[in-house]
Amino acid sequence: MSDAMQLIDSDRGGLPPAGAEGDVAAVMAVLQEVLDPEVPAVSVVELGIVREVSWVEGRLSVAVTPTYSGCPATEVIEEAIHRALVTAGYADPRIERRLSPAWTTDWITAEGRDKLRAYGIAPPVGSASKRSLLGAEPQVPCPQCGSLETERVSEFGSTACKALYKCRSCLEPFDYFKCL
Amino acid sequence: MQNVSQTSQPALVEYLLRLGDNALILGQRHAEWCGHAPALEEEMGLLNVGLDLFGQARHWLGYAAELISAEGGQGEVDADHLAFRRDAQDFRNLLIVEQPNDDFAVTLGRQFLFDAWHYHLLTGLVEAKDPRVAEIAAKSLKEATYHLRRSAEWVRRLGDGTEESHARMQRAIELLWRFTGELTEFDAVDEAMREVGIAPDPEALTASWRATVEQVLDEATLARPPFDAWMYRGGKQGHHTEHLGFLLAEMQALPRAYPDATVW
Repeated sequence: MSDAMQLIDSDRGGLPPAGAEGDVAAVMAVLQEVLDPEVPAVSVVELGIVREVSWVEGRLSVAVTPTYSGCPATEVIEEAIHRALVTAGYADPRIERRLSPAWTTDWITAEGRDKLRAYGIAPPVGSASKRSLLGAEPQVPCPQCGSLETERVSEFGSTACKALYKCRSCLEPFDYFKCL
Repeated sequence: MQNVSQTSQPALVEYLLRLGDNALILGQRHAEWCGHAPALEEEMGLLNVGLDLFGQARHWLGYAAELISAEGGQGEVDADHLAFRRDAQDFRNLLIVEQPNDDFAVTLGRQFLFDAWHYHLLTGLVEAKDPRVAEIAAKSLKEATYHLRRSAEWVRRLGDGTEESHARMQRAIELLWRFTGELTEFDAVDEAMREVGIAPDPEALTASWRATVEQVLDEATLARPPFDAWMYRGGKQGHHTEHLGFLLAEMQALPRAYPDATVW
């Protein structure tokens, strides 16, 4: 990648220097800017899908886990992460897809939940236990008005990770990020 | 195209093809609903369940393809090769998943009978001694749990609904019942997988599936046909109903016409 970049004649200077090997915080700062293409309110870090940042013989490796087995955004996200890291000066980063342990909505950060709500998507309620998957309906507060008077319209919303709800107080329909 | 018996782990490859083909073929049936579902919300539900199944199929078939490729002699094989370049007799899915969608009750009845089995099977596979199998199962189980919740709810709602919805769901169960024998029938491949600590105990799986089906059908006020009724069999061994060939003809037409295309 670095050889290819040098072929481009530019007066804008070279690539910014990459963070030092072992500087995980610098890498996370770059990934914090990579947004989920389906929910562009939260970053891949806030979504909890970045599982590990490491260096193997000097080469940066980032482990990413898919939210759902068939999530069509998986490749797009991996490409976006790769592009962001190369742009930030990391030469030839490796993106590893990791299935285990399986992603859970419990890994969505507190900031991520606030951003989801502000974006109009109700964040997952409670923790992802078997009970929440099989058992009774959770009480989902409306992300618009905060009312608990809400009802589920469909088990699935605009994407596999969401269900469709509607608020009986303000009458707004909204997506609910399912507990998984 | 691939000769499973030439790999060093033929039983494992067979077993992975069964898991992957179940998910792939049922996912394709769901895809057929695109543009035809009774309500937009249910269309999204059906297609999202299909999407989950395609994702699971990709993981299972991807693992099978790695084992086949590692053996050499058949070139580099990937999940797409297995999905798009095999003929009907090479598929190892259960007969129930290839049955036509028919009406909404049959689609959801088929989903429920499969989900109840899939959920208990995956619960067992999470404990598999093969770590790849265990991790794919753990990922799939979360999705299958949600699928079961949804399909069981629809069976209850339609079964314990109007006269019309009850009659349709009862018809669906009776239509599909003869394909459920395979869910609790185990052959040498299952036995080999159980011996190496991958497949769960067949008797426990049978008991769990029957208990879930009995409970939900009872709650749905539906009559349950006898478990020892006459059953069709053979899907797991590659002997399919005529429906699979038509399904594959549609699913495989494009990749077979343009086998080297990377963007369609």
